Amino acid sequence: MTYLAKSPWIIHYDASSCNGCDIEILACLTPMYDVERFGIINTGNPKHADIFVVTGSVNEQNREVILNIYNQMPDPKVAVAVGICATSGGVFRECYNVAGGIDKLIPVDVYVMGCAARPESIIDGIVTALGILEKKRSEGASAPVVTDHHMNKEHHKHAEGGVQ
Amino acid sequence: MINIVWGIVFVLLAPVIGGLVAGIDRKITARMQGRVGPSILQPFYDVGKLFEKEQAVVNETQIFYAICYFIFMIFTGALFFASGDLLLVVFALTLAQIFLVLGAFSANSPYSYVGAERELLQIMAYEPMVIITAVGMYVATKSFNVGDIATTTVPIVLLLPGIFLGFLYVLTIKLRKSPFDISTSHHAHQEIVKGVTTEFSGPSLGLIEITHWYETIFLLGFVYLFFGFNPLIGVVAVIIVYLLEILIDNTNARVKWQLAVKSSWLIAIIVGVVNLAALYFLAGGVP
Repeated sequence: MTYLAKSPWIIHYDASSCNGCDIEILACLTPMYDVERFGIINTGNPKHADIFVVTGSVNEQNREVILNIYNQMPDPKVAVAVGICATSGGVFRECYNVAGGIDKLIPVDVYVMGCAARPESIIDGIVTALGILEKKRSEGASAPVVTDHHMNKEHHKHAEGGVQ
Repeated sequence: MINIVWGIVFVLLAPVIGGLVAGIDRKITARMQGRVGPSILQPFYDVGKLFEKEQAVVNETQIFYAICYFIFMIFTGALFFASGDLLLVVFALTLAQIFLVLGAFSANSPYSYVGAERELLQIMAYEPMVIITAVGMYVATKSFNVGDIATTTVPIVLLLPGIFLGFLYVLTIKLRKSPFDISTSHHAHQEIVKGVTTEFSGPSLGLIEITHWYETIFLLGFVYLFFGFNPLIGVVAVIIVYLLEILIDNTNARVKWQLAVKSSWLIAIIVGVVNLAALYFLAGGVP
């Protein structure tokens, strides 16, 4: 008997997104799309969440935040990258401050395309994530604590006192 | 006289009915907002899922406090339905609530702390009115025994109209509905992350959810006491009161804690104490 697929609670994090995808995620909660009819609730708390929905790409400011949220979520959990920026960095991938898509940092299970991603495709992505969530539960797999090796390297690159 | 059978019926049936009430609540809330809304069984799915999740807590003490909250809330409700003493029921309710606050305080998290402090303020806010209600019931029926009050022929609500309104006011706090959902709230509402329940996850959060179902049924039973003289009117009144709470939840924004405490104390003093005083004078002094 499984209830996981009937009650997926998501936590949404805006990692340097332009707000286009964020507004589409919020549109999913409106009466027009009403994802609560699938039991999907947008929680503000990683400890209550099952699905980590990230919009936007990884940069130096939000590395720690993404890792912190992901590591705080109890197993089983999945990560969904919404929008092209979260998927690969999109048009910002060449920027000096952008590391790329969310999968540079944490294991991403579902990629939702689009700029901005449409509410229909976001809902489709979440529903796909439910299957993966259920698979993870039946396998009893626990996600490893993700650490950021890149961040430490970056600190060594800066000259002493340069930033201060 | 303690009626064990009703106590056992409460322990077994309250989570089922409480979960259904929560599901109907979510459905009606969704319809009021122009949405389709989740299945009526959604609260059961949520709790089932929470028990499938990993138990990720800051320390083990938290789980202990969550279990204590659960046990003492069942004790409160069972004592109430088994025709216990109304004052003892009120004190047991406070004890149960205090365990939730301790659980939130035992995790060293700022959100949990703020939630716990707000929960304490909420307890402060509703407690005077609840005690005045118990005293009012005694003045009306000359008994603190829940069984006597529930089967009395005295139309309590006509003797205690002010206390009834005051109790409805604090009922909003107890049911964690807007505008008084300042420590933690239902559905997808958020304030300071998730208040007292921020640091609970998985099975312990599921336990807190089930506890809330018990609490809802106990509180609706409390509302019924006002209409004990006629069971039919009583049941209808309980349903109307809960629908009213849903309406208030959906038409009000959350208030600051200052207003919550001040207004509920003011209401307790104005309608509660005045109602009690009027009752004493009508009865020709202290009975």
